[in-house]
Amino acid sequence: MDKKKVITVENLVKKFGHFTANNNLNFHVDQGEIFGFLGANGAGKTTAMRILCGLSSPTSGKVEVAGFDVSHQAEEVKKRIGYMSQKFSLFEDLSIWENMRFFATVYGLSSSEFKARGEDLLRKLNLYKERKRLVSTLSLGWKQKLAFSVAILHQPSIVFLDEPTGGVDPITRRQFWEMIYEAAENGITVFVTTHYMDEAEYCDRVTIMVDGRIDALDTPAELKKQYNAASMNDVFLALAR
Amino acid sequence: MNRFIAFVKKEFLHIFRDYRTMLILFIMPIAQILIFGFAITTEIKDASIAILDKSKDEVTRELTQKLLSSGYFNNDAYLTSESQIEPAFNDQRVKMVVVFEPEFGRNLQKEGTANVQLVCDASDPNQARMLSQFAEGIFASYASQGVVKGIQPEVRMFYNESLEGVYMSIPGIMAMILMLVSAMMTSISITREKEYGSMEVLLISPLKPLQIIMGKVTPYVMMALINAVSILALGYFVFGVPVKGSIILLLMECLLFTILALSLGILISTVAKNQMVAMFMSMFALMLPVILLSGFIFPVENMPLPLRIISNIIPPKWFIIIVKTIMLKGGGLLYVWKETLILIGFVVLFVTLSVKKFKIRLQ
Repeated sequence: MDKKKVITVENLVKKFGHFTANNNLNFHVDQGEIFGFLGANGAGKTTAMRILCGLSSPTSGKVEVAGFDVSHQAEEVKKRIGYMSQKFSLFEDLSIWENMRFFATVYGLSSSEFKARGEDLLRKLNLYKERKRLVSTLSLGWKQKLAFSVAILHQPSIVFLDEPTGGVDPITRRQFWEMIYEAAENGITVFVTTHYMDEAEYCDRVTIMVDGRIDALDTPAELKKQYNAASMNDVFLALAR
Repeated sequence: MNRFIAFVKKEFLHIFRDYRTMLILFIMPIAQILIFGFAITTEIKDASIAILDKSKDEVTRELTQKLLSSGYFNNDAYLTSESQIEPAFNDQRVKMVVVFEPEFGRNLQKEGTANVQLVCDASDPNQARMLSQFAEGIFASYASQGVVKGIQPEVRMFYNESLEGVYMSIPGIMAMILMLVSAMMTSISITREKEYGSMEVLLISPLKPLQIIMGKVTPYVMMALINAVSILALGYFVFGVPVKGSIILLLMECLLFTILALSLGILISTVAKNQMVAMFMSMFALMLPVILLSGFIFPVENMPLPLRIISNIIPPKWFIIIVKTIMLKGGGLLYVWKETLILIGFVVLFVTLSVKKFKIRLQ
């Protein structure tokens, strides 16, 4: 195993006043890996993810993303990651093409690069003819698929997905995961949080956070063996209860 | 830089796609100025007055004639004694009583001064003030054209010789519109990004927080300046309100005031949780004070002392003074540097506060 590590977290602690949101986290993520980040609401997932994205800095500990320290080189980190969340995908009052162009420019693509990649992407998604449609007219499933494609349009080394499939139908979820696999095959590391345990099974490795700590970290198969459970759902219940 | 331009483009798209925003930005200023200009006129026309002439000489008769032929006043009654003044007010028709002292004409000729008393019904203080000023103006013009240069009452509306209300409204409307466009619209547009969760996406992107804020603000600076120019143009072409001073200086002051309003808007957006809160805060924290305390509708001089003190921390008050000085009196920077400095002080204060708030929120 001499894979390149794209995320290294050592002794990460994040405190808000007296409240400890992240209590001594240690893990690493390899390049091209699909890394599932699980935990109950309020377990500290969002805090950890914000730190990894360079949005807030750790109270103590060392966090490296894409080869840069998040507390001192957040700007460098930000250029090399993509981000997509369930809460917001794309600007509703902008067209598909305008949304793509905005994010592409923000992530530093030149206009010729964008044109080539953007048209490519739209053809692949079968949306080329619809590129002038406002995003608000798309269904949620399409919005999320498009948002994911936009998040990796600048070919980041890592893409962070915050509950990307919330509220999406099972068929679209399956298609969404096919897109995730494709991205991972192209060398993009996928860091995903989810509440769907069937999705946890799709991940290469899974960590489960409980009360600010990482209680388990392994492949889904290993975890099931460890906790003597039939599914990831049972593993999660065993831990989070 | 490309990032920033892309961001500003996106903001313009947001503005142009939302017809309500467009309505507020472009239709409202025009509507406001027309409403204030035509409908809510603060001018006086045919106000009923009564005359108590204790002298009854040629001069008082001529002065009475001048008052009544001015178009502002209508004679309601000739009184004969001071005891009739109060009853005259009480039947709600007479707004002002003009009392000439005995021997008015002789005093004026012999001593060069004579006294005339203007008794006003101050249950409507603004109207009372205006009536007395109009009358004073008429006396003053009489005194300055006659042989005798005796009565020279002080006239506050000297710079508005035709005594038109719209002259006073234009600076106030400018303050209001610029405040509305800049503070309210930016605070709403920033809180919208927070509410929809796009702010987080933007903050995670390589855009710097400063770029985001500047990108948010830039379109509204442009809109506000367009509005300022169109208000001035409307004032000039529709109502004939001149700009006597330097138009460049006036626009620079507008820009300064816009920046002030924007920094207030940013400050509001750091406090407000969603668009609704932002809107209410802008409405109550900004619009009402602008309308009530800045001297736009109610003259600051007529307010009780506590309100007069409070009016000093209402930025539009200073802006209105500046605009009036430049537009109506033709004053240069020399006359408004103090007010300008005060506005700059407000900008520094609001920007510092917002930066502090913003940093706390990010951690």
